[in-house]
Amino acid sequence: MYAFTYHKPTSARQAATLLAKKEDAKLLAGGHTLLPTMKQRLASPSALVDLGACADLKGITVKGRNIVIGAMTTHAEVADSPEVQSAIPALAYLAGHIGDPHVRHRGTIGGSVANNDPAADYPAALLALGATVVTNKRKLTAEDFFTGLYETALEEGEIITKVSFPIASKAGYAKFRNPASRYAMVGVFVAKRGSEIRVAVTGAGEGGVFRWPEAEAALKARFAPKSLDGLKHTAKGINGDIHADAEYRAHLIGVMAKQAVAQATGKA
Amino acid sequence: MTTVSLTVNGKAVSANVDPRTLLVQLLRENLRLTGTHVGCDTSQCGACVVHLDGKAVKSCTTLAVAVDGASVTTIEGLAHDGTLHPMQEAFREHHGLQCGFCTPGMIMAAVDMVNRRGHQLDEKTIREDLDGNICRCTGYHNIVKAIAAGAEAMGKGAAPVRQAAE
Ligand SMILES: Cc1cc2nc3c(=O)[nH]c(=O)nc-3n(C[C@H](O)[C@H](O)[C@H](O)COP(=O)(O)OP(=O)(O)OC[C@H]3O[C@@H](n4cnc5c(N)ncnc54)[C@H](O)[C@@H]3O)c2cc1C
Ligand code: FES
Ligand code: FES
Repeated sequence: MYAFTYHKPTSARQAATLLAKKEDAKLLAGGHTLLPTMKQRLASPSALVDLGACADLKGITVKGRNIVIGAMTTHAEVADSPEVQSAIPALAYLAGHIGDPHVRHRGTIGGSVANNDPAADYPAALLALGATVVTNKRKLTAEDFFTGLYETALEEGEIITKVSFPIASKAGYAKFRNPASRYAMVGVFVAKRGSEIRVAVTGAGEGGVFRWPEAEAALKARFAPKSLDGLKHTAKGINGDIHADAEYRAHLIGVMAKQAVAQATGKA
Repeated sequence: MTTVSLTVNGKAVSANVDPRTLLVQLLRENLRLTGTHVGCDTSQCGACVVHLDGKAVKSCTTLAVAVDGASVTTIEGLAHDGTLHPMQEAFREHHGLQCGFCTPGMIMAAVDMVNRRGHQLDEKTIREDLDGNICRCTGYHNIVKAIAAGAEAMGKGAAPVRQAAE
């Protein structure tokens, strides 16, 4: 790791001030993406602004028909939250299957969303549930927020403060885990809210998380695993690497989508 | 250099560190607590697992400066007056190790598992929760057995679990 100066503000506002003042500064959340990257010298910020003491970025609240999760809330806290478990059980399930228990004790929703790793789990939930990413400057829909591989709409000095999830009537998540890293080779999140159905796919797309309109249309006729029988995702635009080629991943999308619907309808 | 003060295995300690010092370096190099190991450079193996304010974390992926004021328990903090912690005893009894390199992390992960899930742990749960701990020797079989037995022994209060540091 290259040297840096370390700062620990106690509020998001203080963090934003520090971020603006220090040239080449980076935010530190759980550190479970940033620190490994710095250890390999793939990132070398001159200053780290640690959000760990910003109490205003933590916690889970139910606001009307939404679950609002502070950016510094850990994966373990989301997984164990009675509010999340009762409002959107699939979201608690997703958080409880990120990495391993130790990763879940440190990694945060804000860090995961900001990083937009193409194999990360949360982006699928945000896109399928129609979540809103709230920053210190504005509010963005998930569609507008995730812009490509490791790319988001976040601007210089912008801090995610919370993510707001509308409560779906039915939701499910299924992921085929990379057996070594536990990241998603393919993860599919399905959600039904009123008559709107969304199917979001992570781990597979060359451009990161995406929606699968054909599956959404098929599920609109009837929200059941059977509705997806015979439906295949094309291998075009799908990632191939040493873990799985594009054909295999494309096949997994269909399999995971069915499992996710089964979970959402209590048939898993 | 920045001063960090924390409680390690129940004792107050402080050290002057460069901000890029990892918690595992503070433990091993400054405090000479070499029971906590470093097995990888990718945050995957779990040899470095310690308890931070009562929760298992990878100390190779945590900055020492970030845990100022916290309470840390390492493998050295488990045994009490020369008596092994029930989980350590279970690993010995069930031969849950070969070379022993992964063992400190395995045991810290196992105690954390009991803290989160209680004393009756089935094989599936144990295997799932060992996702973050890699062993290149044993094939895991005896580790799983040791954790089930250790979890039960902790429930019987064979020896009081050291919670003071947490
Ligand atoms: C062994 C291992 C296994 C993993 N497995 C999975 C998995 O299965 N699925 C999965 O989804 N993830 C997985 N992860 C990643 C994990 O979830 C990370 O915790 C997460 O991607 C990043 O969150 P963090 O809080 O650690 O962020 P950090 O590493 O601290 O930060 C990541 C990036 O986001 C920026 N950032 C952080 N917070 C904010 C904010 N509030 N506003 C704006 N920018 C911010 C930082 O500047 C940095 O660029 C794994 C990680 C490891 C080490
Ligand atoms: S040394 Fe920490 S996970 Fe391998
Ligand atoms: S006993 Fe050798 S690595 Fe586990």
